[in-house]
Amino acid sequence: MAKLKVDGKEIEVPDHFTLLQACEEAGAEVPRFCFHERLSVAGNCRMCLIEVKGGPPKPAASCAMGVRDVRGGPNGELPEVFTNTPMVKKAREGVMEFLLINHPLDCPICDQGGECDLQDQAMAFGIDSSRYQEDKRAVEDKYIGPLVSTVMNRCIHCTRCVRFTTEVAGIAELGLIGRGEDAEITTYLEQAMTSEMQGNVVDLCPVGALTSKPFAFTARPWELNKTESIDVMDALGSAIRVDTRGREVMRILPRVNEAINEEWISDKTRFIWDGLKTQRLDRPYVRRDGRLQPASWGEAFAAIKSAVGATSGKKIGAIAGDLASVEEMFALSELVKSLGSENLDCRQDGTALDPALGRATYLFNPTIEGIESADALLIIGANPRIEAAVLNSRIRKRWRRGNFPIGVIGEEGELRYDYDYLGAGPDTLKELVDGTHSFTEKLKNAKNPLIIIGQGALARTDGAGVLASAAKLAVSVGAVTEEWNGFAVLHTAASRVGGLDLGFVPGAKGVNAQEMLASMDVLFLLGADELDFSKKAAKFTVYIGSHGDSGAHNADVILPGATYTEKSGIWVNTEGRVQMGARAGFAPGEAREDWAILRALSDVLGKKLPFDSLAALRSRLYQSHPHFAVTDEVGNVDAGEIAALAKKASKMNKSGFASTVKDFYLTNPIARASAVMAECSALARNNFKVAAE
Amino acid sequence: MLQDKDRIFTNIYGLKDKSLKGAMARGNWDGTKQLIEKGRDWIINEIKASGLRGRGGAGFPTGLKWSFMPKESDGRPHYLVVNADESEPGTCKDRDIMRHDPHTLIEGCVIASFAMAANTAYIYIRGEYMREREALQAAIDECYDAGLLGKNNKNGWDIDIYLHHGAGAYICGEETALLESLEGKKGQPRLKPPFPANMGLYGCPTTVNNVESIAVTPTILRRGAGWFSSIGRPNNVGTKLFMISGHVNRPCTVEEEMGITFRELIDRHAGGIRGGWDNLLAVIPGGASCPVVKAEDIIDCPMDFDGLRAVGSSFGTAGAIVMDKSTDIIKAIARISAFFKHESCGQCTPCREGTGWMWRVLERMARGNAQKREIDMLFQVTKQVEGHTICALGDAAAWPVQGLIRNFRPEIEKRIDAYTHSAMDHGAVLEAAE
Repeated sequence: MAKLKVDGKEIEVPDHFTLLQACEEAGAEVPRFCFHERLSVAGNCRMCLIEVKGGPPKPAASCAMGVRDVRGGPNGELPEVFTNTPMVKKAREGVMEFLLINHPLDCPICDQGGECDLQDQAMAFGIDSSRYQEDKRAVEDKYIGPLVSTVMNRCIHCTRCVRFTTEVAGIAELGLIGRGEDAEITTYLEQAMTSEMQGNVVDLCPVGALTSKPFAFTARPWELNKTESIDVMDALGSAIRVDTRGREVMRILPRVNEAINEEWISDKTRFIWDGLKTQRLDRPYVRRDGRLQPASWGEAFAAIKSAVGATSGKKIGAIAGDLASVEEMFALSELVKSLGSENLDCRQDGTALDPALGRATYLFNPTIEGIESADALLIIGANPRIEAAVLNSRIRKRWRRGNFPIGVIGEEGELRYDYDYLGAGPDTLKELVDGTHSFTEKLKNAKNPLIIIGQGALARTDGAGVLASAAKLAVSVGAVTEEWNGFAVLHTAASRVGGLDLGFVPGAKGVNAQEMLASMDVLFLLGADELDFSKKAAKFTVYIGSHGDSGAHNADVILPGATYTEKSGIWVNTEGRVQMGARAGFAPGEAREDWAILRALSDVLGKKLPFDSLAALRSRLYQSHPHFAVTDEVGNVDAGEIAALAKKASKMNKSGFASTVKDFYLTNPIARASAVMAECSALARNNFKVAAE
Repeated sequence: MLQDKDRIFTNIYGLKDKSLKGAMARGNWDGTKQLIEKGRDWIINEIKASGLRGRGGAGFPTGLKWSFMPKESDGRPHYLVVNADESEPGTCKDRDIMRHDPHTLIEGCVIASFAMAANTAYIYIRGEYMREREALQAAIDECYDAGLLGKNNKNGWDIDIYLHHGAGAYICGEETALLESLEGKKGQPRLKPPFPANMGLYGCPTTVNNVESIAVTPTILRRGAGWFSSIGRPNNVGTKLFMISGHVNRPCTVEEEMGITFRELIDRHAGGIRGGWDNLLAVIPGGASCPVVKAEDIIDCPMDFDGLRAVGSSFGTAGAIVMDKSTDIIKAIARISAFFKHESCGQCTPCREGTGWMWRVLERMARGNAQKREIDMLFQVTKQVEGHTICALGDAAAWPVQGLIRNFRPEIEKRIDAYTHSAMDHGAVLEAAE
């Protein structure tokens, strides 16, 4: 700890603090543009200048100077800094004037208006008028992709975007070229950035130089209602804020959650919102004469009732999709069970995870934050960059610190960090388990080895064998100990862990999703669109969901549901962290929240579910599954379950592992309805060779 | 007046043999091994005692700088980097050393590297210095062939010297920008602390010295600190290469003792001011970044660090730019301002924005198309740049403008008045209307 005085106030701060952080700690506000807690220190905006007592007779950049760098007086006086002296005031005014001389007076038409650091700080620390009589600098706008629009006149060269892309996103595609007042931020050849995290530069930009292209000119920040919620685009459950105007979602921004996403979100999370408005199911449909035709709720329910009545419980099944919340899966499983069926499945992709093996066998046990304390990593059958972009940047963050060997079994993809490519599939995994591969040594030598098992290794016929092999490896290299559990299953679906926790899997006599699709008389699809419908033989299909995607196309009755921004619900992320999302708006037309649809349907089917409100549903849920009541925490798991799993048969095929996510931008019905995602996907497919228009 | 026997650079004009043989005949490489055998502490103490101040412009005591290097290596290698990126307008001493007397520099590198336990020295040479690079590289190759450099050399201290050719950016003469450039990055100054002696090239302890500072050390050690410090005035001792350019009869580079008066320097070596002493308007005494000094202040001023500080300027690199009364002083400073605007790296705000602002206002003032209140505003702008930047380029850009306003304010006002009075003329009205 270091002691110092800020404006005469004595404080004690950790040694690694900068003066800026120390001043904040002491309650003195220090303006800044280039400084960002999660990026390297640039010290180039010069806005954070403060006065250091006993130093040279000029102000010092507080962001770049550590508390250990300031010296105290000769008689043991504490080092002293000031943030409110005339020198500091003059320095701030001077820097602010320089920043503004070449900054256009765009504020009335600028999307950053109202949430602009430059605007706010000019009000607080600037002077009221301009003395600059010359022409302002004009800078050509750059094309840097379909997500981020540029107005380079406004750029103040803080280089936050450059530092973010090189340090966090791991792409060297954005940089500052030229020098002096001709310096410009650009992607060099004006190509689109290739990162899945590029949208974060919009948040980082302290001015309106980089703004959200899809959100451009649609709303002002002060007219938006802000709802704090949880993302469902991947299995991380990133913290988001949904900004709505009326019923309409206008944009999605990240919130800080150190345990999951720090303050980054992926582009899919951020720019998905136009998909919430298109391809929506806003009324029930019933298939008549081979065509889906609009119907009333009553007609739809009646059609289901007659189909259910014509069959027995054994031939009724339910499949939950990737975006479903725990509540609606709970309601559906209660309903289907009351109809006498054990045919439940939340694993559309056929992944070999089974809640019967214990919770530890299907969670990301080390937690996302725990990645930072790992010191060796093996990735089996996953591409974290496209399956969980934010988690991938956490791996990169750890990798940047060094001494972090990374091995990959599966596809040889671009991960934004260097890794040893060990092999394509089970053979290599077997070598590692047998200890004949050199990478086993690296895992063994590590104190906290981390083994990530992706769905690409599990969603296959030999998935159980791969899982057992991975567990065997984890146990043998010491990845599962008292202090550390490095056995990490990386999920791709937001609903998956919740479904497994809930036991939304086939009962003793039940069949799994693929078989249900082929053999049921009545099949309920709760937002399940990722199935291979060409194999569908189920006679009567009910689709409950929000978007007109493949599930709806193959349905006989469509019941319009709500998307994740239109309902309050519980999702459990890949770590097993229970989180509750909030409702930001209402579903369109006659669409309803999914649990309410199921409750109403149960009444028609004569199996009335015993809850009339979401609160009542939740209290039933908490009774049967108490851990859902504890939100935002990762509960303890029994590591012994992994040891037990390791003893199971580990027979594996020969074929290589391949990620289940083929296209990062099109993984779910909302994304497939989004024009922005479609454009990004097309760009990515063309390998980003599309030049600037 | 420096006597020939006290000159350190005996071939600064390239009139004698430049080869290793010729250099040895003039006394270079004499007893280098014996100097090294006297030990690290002796060398550093001797340099400290000699009172040698850095010749690159800032005048930081060289011995003190060397003593900042860690005494014991913590596993990281130490580096000596020689700053041969001589880009300050008006400065042209290092190029003469490198092309005509390169062995003074190479021998200096060996001794300085030994003094700070570095086995590798880099010489970062300015992009425009093609011939100088060739000459210096030839001299280095000669030394390798003669067994004076490399592993197990005759001097008893393993050292490799690498010559790195820059790409011609002024900012790369700033020590940390130079290190960035040497590492292959964009030449932008680093934040200090940490200082290079702690975290320099590739994160290792590094000392960056000017060519002349390094080149004079062997002779100082051979002839003794007492000899060097007996030349000149206290705190401003030794000999120095002076560069005289501009409106003198014979512009030249000459080695002289520190503290020689400007009058003596010009009369003796530069053949006097063009048109006589009465025709002298002003002098920029130490390269473009030093504030301009009026004739009456400089004529009898001792040319050294303290002497020029007393007249509100600085000694810089001792590259005196002499201007007679035919000079449009406002235009001249505007040109210098344009140089700094062009060479600002664009990293930090005050310099990036301020240099362009100052230049534009000065361009208008050179025509007289300005308001008198803008003179004060311009002065304030220079004060807003000075001391607020990462490196000293901001200061360097501000000082010439401050010098102009301090010394030639009436000249600027006269220009503005003239422009305003002729505003009724046909042309000016048209210009205003545009």
